[in-house]
This record gives sequence, structure tokens and C-alpha cells, in this order.
Amino acid sequence: MQYQFLGIGYLTWITFLPIVGMIVVLLIPRGNANSMKWTALAVTVLQLVVAGLIWMNFKPALTGINDPSGFQFIEKAKWIDLPGVAWFGHVSIDYFLGIDGLSLPMIVLTALISFVGVIASWNINKSQKGYFALYLLLDTGMMGVFVALDMFLFYVFWEIMLLPMYFLIGIWGGPRREYAAIKFFLYTLFGSVLILLVMLALYFSVSIKDPATGQMMHTFDMLAMMNPQNYDPNSLLGGIGTYWRYVAFIALFIGFAIKVPIFPFHTWLPDAHVEAPTAISVILAGVLLKMGTYGLLRISFPIFPDIMLKSAYPLAILGFINIVYGALCAMAQTDFKKMIAYSSISHMGVVLLGISALNSQGMAGGVFQMFNHGVVTAMLFLIVGVIYDRAHTRDMNSFGGLANQMPVYTGIMTVAFFAAIGLPGLNEFVSELFSYLGAFAAFRWVAIFSSIGIVLTAGYMLWALQRVFLGQLPDKWKGLPDINGRELVALVPLMVVVILLGVLPSIMLHPMNATLNHLVNFVHSVGAGMTAAK
Amino acid sequence: MAQTIYQSFGYVIPETVLSIVFVLTLLTALIKKGRSRHLPAYIAMAGFIVAGVFVSRQAGVDQLVFSGMYAVDPFSWFFKVIFLVTGILIVIFSMQSRELAEGSTKYSEYYSLIISLTIGAFFMAGASNLLMMYLSLELVSISSYILSGFTKENPRADEASLKYVIYGAFSSGLMLYGISILYGLTGSLNFYALNQSLASGTSSQVTLLVAIVLMLVGLGYKISAVPFHFWTPDVYEGAPVTVTAFLSVTSKAAGFALLIRFFKIGFIDVGAQPAVAGMWEIFRGLNWTDIIAVLSVLTMTVGNLVALWQSNMKRLLAYSSIAHAGYILMGFVTLTDQGISAMLMYFVAYLLMNLGAFYIVMLVANKYHTEEIDGYAGLGYRSPYAAFALAVFLFSLTGIPPTFGFVGKLYLFAALIKTNYIWLAIVGVLNSVVSLYYYAKVVRSMYLVQPAENTRIEFGFGTNLMMTILMVPNIALMIYFTPILSWAEQSVRMFGLH
Repeated sequence: MQYQFLGIGYLTWITFLPIVGMIVVLLIPRGNANSMKWTALAVTVLQLVVAGLIWMNFKPALTGINDPSGFQFIEKAKWIDLPGVAWFGHVSIDYFLGIDGLSLPMIVLTALISFVGVIASWNINKSQKGYFALYLLLDTGMMGVFVALDMFLFYVFWEIMLLPMYFLIGIWGGPRREYAAIKFFLYTLFGSVLILLVMLALYFSVSIKDPATGQMMHTFDMLAMMNPQNYDPNSLLGGIGTYWRYVAFIALFIGFAIKVPIFPFHTWLPDAHVEAPTAISVILAGVLLKMGTYGLLRISFPIFPDIMLKSAYPLAILGFINIVYGALCAMAQTDFKKMIAYSSISHMGVVLLGISALNSQGMAGGVFQMFNHGVVTAMLFLIVGVIYDRAHTRDMNSFGGLANQMPVYTGIMTVAFFAAIGLPGLNEFVSELFSYLGAFAAFRWVAIFSSIGIVLTAGYMLWALQRVFLGQLPDKWKGLPDINGRELVALVPLMVVVILLGVLPSIMLHPMNATLNHLVNFVHSVGAGMTAAK
Repeated sequence: MAQTIYQSFGYVIPETVLSIVFVLTLLTALIKKGRSRHLPAYIAMAGFIVAGVFVSRQAGVDQLVFSGMYAVDPFSWFFKVIFLVTGILIVIFSMQSRELAEGSTKYSEYYSLIISLTIGAFFMAGASNLLMMYLSLELVSISSYILSGFTKENPRADEASLKYVIYGAFSSGLMLYGISILYGLTGSLNFYALNQSLASGTSSQVTLLVAIVLMLVGLGYKISAVPFHFWTPDVYEGAPVTVTAFLSVTSKAAGFALLIRFFKIGFIDVGAQPAVAGMWEIFRGLNWTDIIAVLSVLTMTVGNLVALWQSNMKRLLAYSSIAHAGYILMGFVTLTDQGISAMLMYFVAYLLMNLGAFYIVMLVANKYHTEEIDGYAGLGYRSPYAAFALAVFLFSLTGIPPTFGFVGKLYLFAALIKTNYIWLAIVGVLNSVVSLYYYAKVVRSMYLVQPAENTRIEFGFGTNLMMTILMVPNIALMIYFTPILSWAEQSVRMFGLH
């Protein structure tokens, strides 16, 4: 097999490198905090290198989604394989990894954000061993979600993230960390168990021919679930547009919506983001939120195309609510971090609006926005972290005039803020443009009303900028030092990406184009075909 | 295939071994006059191991012995392994328990009762006759009454024991009444004969229903299903931790084994549809699985909701064990082989995680002298390894990957989805979410709360090893659960079915 190192595929490397790092961290004797940090850094740098290798060897022309031959870097092995005694079917769960143009940006994003997160964690001074071990476990969970093609595997990775996240917020977080941590945990577990049930229902509804024996067997293979012909006619989720298919779609949607988060499932987000330590907020906003929309695109859309076609409009409206509601909430905040947290809700609404348009522009815009928002919001949280580390407050009204005191910091911050507003020449402009373009073609009025969000975003961002960086510098902040080298190492790579993708968006749009077009066609043709067949 | 009495003895060697060891452990009290604390423990352990060797030889045996009194089949074999593993673990736990060392001097009686309870559980797993069923149930019950009041200087233990006796006597009385009605209806005590008689369809459905409800009271008491659970929290809290752990696994598993066998053999119309396992053809016109579904929902919901308010670790685990009985009952609702194999798998998970949790509770009680959740504050910093292990066990109880508890739950839900009990599956998963809150409360106390004092308390090498032995399968079996799955699937087989 191609694309291997030491006989192990690239995707396994990129997923399980952090676990190796975690074991190393656990073996380092207590009190040796520096070697733990460097181990974590080394692992994430290696991960970034592997992500780069994958990027370079990625063939943009291949499609993916439902087509096994369209996936790249495929690794498939039997995980649980039990032929079964007479009255049980063949139980088979695969270790099935592969990527297409939808997962590629997410893998790169995860590797990038994980790397940045380690640098942002450099100041952690409480039980570093536990922190970095959990951090690396979280990293594996995130990466695994984006490469898994077997739904069982997907689910396991999806759930593995919960535990480290709970502890990372709960132990190293801010004053209300306990509340935020358990709220996050309960919300996401609630979503996950719904996904679990749908997964089981899909498993029992889908049968494929066992390649070895030729007998029919159930499978967790997501690609098999996308083929309407594989459904047993009398099974729970068989048929087209049936009651249970709606129920399953909605359950799945709630599971993913909690992660995104889509209104009205968003209330965990402000708490978790605000209380989490900087690096964990970066991970939460940068990667975890994308898992929700990724799940929609990878599972909900292609497995339930019939329901999806009918639900596109409600989804777009939810996107609209997210955009406007998130922006209005952000505007009302005086806590810098909380404002950024609400801005995430607003920006993820753009993703939802774009993908629900179900056309090429919207889809490309939505997925590109997932990547861009990950980078930009990571920058924003890092920026808040910088100021919080120095001033120990996040109250925007207590600041002012920092532009003179911290010029370099202000420069970087300006790039991030303008990217979030969607200024041309920066990355979010492109993705928002495509999202709105797609949405306008599909649902004109929703798109028009949603565009209020652009104005609101500019409003709260500029207002925040004004309150914190312009005006008179209060006396108590006269001693604030400017941004230091370590913080620059975290912020500059992200800034480079922001500008680069603003100028040359095609380097990211090109690899995902074929896949997303295929996804759009697939949902339309299969969904419509199924409806017609009915 | 009927075996003569003489031949039958060949099939009960493990039980015979245990009976001999039971006497031997009692005798040590006479020889050493209670001075040696560990001697009876070693004898008991050796007894369990020898019995284990004989049990291992029975793998795959499928026989009905003693004129249909007792079945030695893969199904009972599965439970025997569970009981033996639990027995060995409990003996090890007991040797380390400070509570027992200080609370009593009658160690030989203690260990002999553990053995007698295990013998009773063995017979419960294989009983295929109503009398046998009752006798074995009583053997387990009486042993557990004494065990739960074993530290007799502790007034709570006395209270626990007394409550247990009263509840137990009452419900086994009701069950006996149910048995007598069944005998009156069918004229037979044997499960298989019962089945044939019922299948002829001549008995009165109302009387039959009354009899079944009475039987369910007795069995429901043993598995602590709501509304027969009221004894559980008090007994679990009052009894020594080792006994609580023992009861929560062996006694409950034995109850389930009996429940499954009694209903599966007694009430399935074997002749009608041999291909479709789990048809309840005998109760025509009564939607009978729904009754069990309601029982299951009540059990898990009450268990979980009440557990939310507990501040004592043993009480919390008591309510959690009630909730788990509810989860396990979900598998019983489906009555398919798949559901039963999921139940069996869950027992393996339950054994590992529940015993593990109780083990840490005991260790913490030994060193920190507390059983309150608040007393666990900062355990993650003071005894990191024990706290880590407890966290693994608690998350396994919640059913979150990467723990084996997740696989156990997964298979239960899978069985429900397969048989279209969607509503029950939804109630089940919502219950897991609720349960997270109280399990996480303990974890919160251990890790998120700073301890009042910061001295580290480490446990010895042997203790750490024991924690590892319990913890590793909890994770390893999630990563690779094929052997357990395969074992559970094969163990669904009962004598005379399939």
C-alpha cells in the first residue's frame, strides 16, 4: 500500500501520534513539566508534518462521499469480526479510515489548531502531566472523527473527546469551571446518545453482501449506508421519507446541532468557552464546533438525502437565527471572551446557511467557512488570552487605548477582527461570500435577512475594537508589556493562513471542490430519485 | 438424556467442592480459634480455584441432572464463571478490609458464608424445578442476611440485616405462594413439564397471571427491581463494603439467571416456532413484554433519579445498581437471544466496573475513614492512581467509550432497536445521560475540588496491582470485545432449547 511510514498508514499516524505522545507524557516523572510540554509540542509538530504530507499527496480530482474509490489514504482492517453462531448474524466492525475533500480541510485545521493550542498551553502551571496527557487524548479524538468512515469508529472517537474536555475545562478552567464542565458534558452526551441510537437503527436497516462468504450481513460502513439499495425493505429505516427516517434524521440533527451549536441547543457554549483555559477555548471553537457541521455533511446529508431535501429550508432558517441571534448576543457582552464565544454561534450560522443551500457555491462556502472560522476564532481566543494573562480581567469597558501600549498586539488583533468581519482580502470574506451567494440562489429571503448579520458583526467587532484599543489608556494598564515571542509563535502562523487564504482561496477550495460538488449532486439525484421512486 | 442420580453427581463436582470447602473454612475456627485472620480466606480462595478448574471442564456441557432438577448447560456455565470470579475477588477484597478486621473476629464464618452464597447462586443459575428454585434462592438469601449484619457492633449493619430479613421473608413467602398456585394449575414443578402443561392452554389465564406476578415479586426482590427495591439502599449502606459489592454482583446476577431461565423455559412455546426464539406464545391476549418494559423503565428511572441526591458513596452505588438492574431488564424485554446475550455481556461489564468501584470505596474507607462523597475531595491529588481507577469505573458505569460499560450498553440498545422497542431505547439512553450527573459528581469531588490537606496517601503495590487488574479489562475489552461477545452469544444456549 502506498502512503505508509513504517508499514503504518498516514491516517493512523496522524490519529494515533497523540496517543503515543500521551503515553510518553505519562511516563515522564512528575515535576518535569518542561519535557512534557516539549513532548506535546513535538507530537503536534509531527502531526502537522503528516498533515502537510497528506495535503501534498492529496488528489483533488477524486470525489469521495459515497464512492469508496473516491477516497484516499484508505486503511481498512477488521476490528471486531465474529462469524457468529447460528442464530446471530455476522458481527463485523471495521477499522476503516479514509479522507476526501470534505475531511482534508478539517484534518489540516485540527493539526494546525492542536499545534497552536500546545503553545498557548505553555503557561499552564497546575498538574501539567494530566493536562498534556488529556490534551493529547483530545487531539486523537478530534482527528479520529475526521478520518473515520466506519460509523462505530466515528462514534467512539466522537465520545472519546468528552472525557478529556470535561477535565480540561473542569480542572484548569476559570471560576465557574465546574458548572461549565458538567453542562458541556451533559449536553454533548445527550446529543451523542441520540447519534448512538440512530447508528444502531442504521446498522440493523442496512445489509451488504459479506465479501468472504457471500451472505448478507449488517454493517457500520457509512458508505454502504448511503446507498438506498442496501436498505432492507421492511427494516426500520428502509423505504423513502418514512416516519422513522424523519425521526432518525431529527435525532441525528439534534446530536450534531448540540456540537455546532445551533439555536436552541447553544446554551452550553458561552459557559464552556468562557470558563475554559485559553488553549481549550481555542480547540473548542477551532475544531470541536466543526465536528457538528462535519457530522451533518458526512452522515446526515448523504445518508438521509430524501429528508435532507425537505429539511433544507428549515435548516437555512436555523442558520439565519444563529447568525442574527449570535451577533445580537455578542453585541450585548462586556466580557471580551463571551463576545467571541457568541460570535462563534453567529459564524457557525453562516456555515449552516451555506450548506443547507445544497448548491456548489453554498457548500463550498460553508465548508470553507468551517476552516476559516476555525482559524480566525482561534486567533481571537488567543488574543483574549494574551490580554487576560496580563490584566487578569476581560471586561472590555475597563480597557482603552491599548493600541499605543501594545502596538504589535494591536496589529495582529486588527487582522483577526477584520477577518471575522469579512473584509475582502482576508479568508472569511471568501467563505461568507460563497455561503451567501449559495443561499441567495436557494432561499432568497432567508439570505437577505441573514445578511443583517454581516452588519451586526461589523458593529460588535468594531465596537469592541474601539473600547479596548482606542481612546484613553487607563493609568492602571500603563505597565502592560506587548505581546511576547511565544504568543507570536502561536498567532503568526494563523495570521499567515488568514491572509494567504484571503488572497489565494483556491489552494483550499481546489482540493475540496470535486468532493463537495459530488455531495451536492448526490443529495439532489439520490434524494430526488428516491422521492420519484416513491 | 435423563441422568441417573449416580451419573448426576459427575455434573455437580464444582458445587460439591465448594460444599466441602464450606465445611473446611468453618472448621478453621475450631482449629485456630479465630486467631488467624487470613487462613480461612486462603482456604476459600483455594476452594474457588479448585471449583474453577472443575467448572472449566464443564464448558459446552448440556445436561439435565437429578431428574430434571438442575441444568448444567452453557447458560449456567456462564454464570458460574461470573460467580467464581466475583467470589475470588471478594475474598481478596475482604482480606484487605479494615472494616472487617476491626468489626468482627469470626472470619471463618464470614468466608464460609461467602462460599455458601456462591453455592446457592450456582444452583440458582441452573435450577429448572420450582422447588430447586426456591431452595437455592433461600440459600442465597439466608447467607446474605447474615453477611449483611456481619459487623454486629455496627448498629447500621444490624438494621440492614433486620430489614433485609423482613423484606426477604415477605417476598419469598409471596413467591412460594406463586409456586404453589403454579403447581396447582399444572401439577408439575419442573420447568419443562410446566411449559408443556401451559402450552396445552387449558389453565385459567387469570390465575396464571396472579401466579406469575407473585413469582415476579420474589425474583424482583432478588434483582432489586422497582418497586421491590426498598431494602437495597439500606442494606448496601449498612453492610460492610465487601459484602455490598458481593451482593450487588453475585446475588443480582443469580436472580437474573433464574428469572431468564424460568421465563424462557417455562413460557416459550417451543413447538410453535422453533426458529423464532423468544416468542411468548403462552400468554395469548396479554401484552406481557410491556409489563416488563414498564418494570424496567421504573427501575432505571427511580434508581437514577434518587441516586442524584445521594451524598454517601455506598448509597449512591446502591441506587446505581438498581438503575443497572433496569438496564439489564431492557434486554429481557426483547426476549430474543440477542437480548439475552446482551444481558450476559452486560453482566461481565457490570462485574468489572461495579466490583472495581466498590473496591476503591473500600480502600478509601480504609485510609481516609470516609464513605461520604465530600470526603473524596481532592482524591485525584492525594491518591492519584486510586482516583484514576475509580474514574475509569464510574465512566464505565455511565457507559462512555473507551470503557467496556459502553459496549455492554450498546448491545442492550442494539437488541431493543432490533426488536423495534425504540421508545424503551430512548428512555434507556436518556437515563444514561442522567446517570452521568451523579457519577460525575464523584469525579468532580475527586478532581475539581481542592483537598483540605494535601498529604499524599499511597496504596501498597499489591493494592495497585489489584486496581490495575480490575481496570485494564474495563478498557481493553472496549478496544477488543470479540471474545466476550462470542462467549455471550454461545452462552444463550439452555438445555432443551435450540
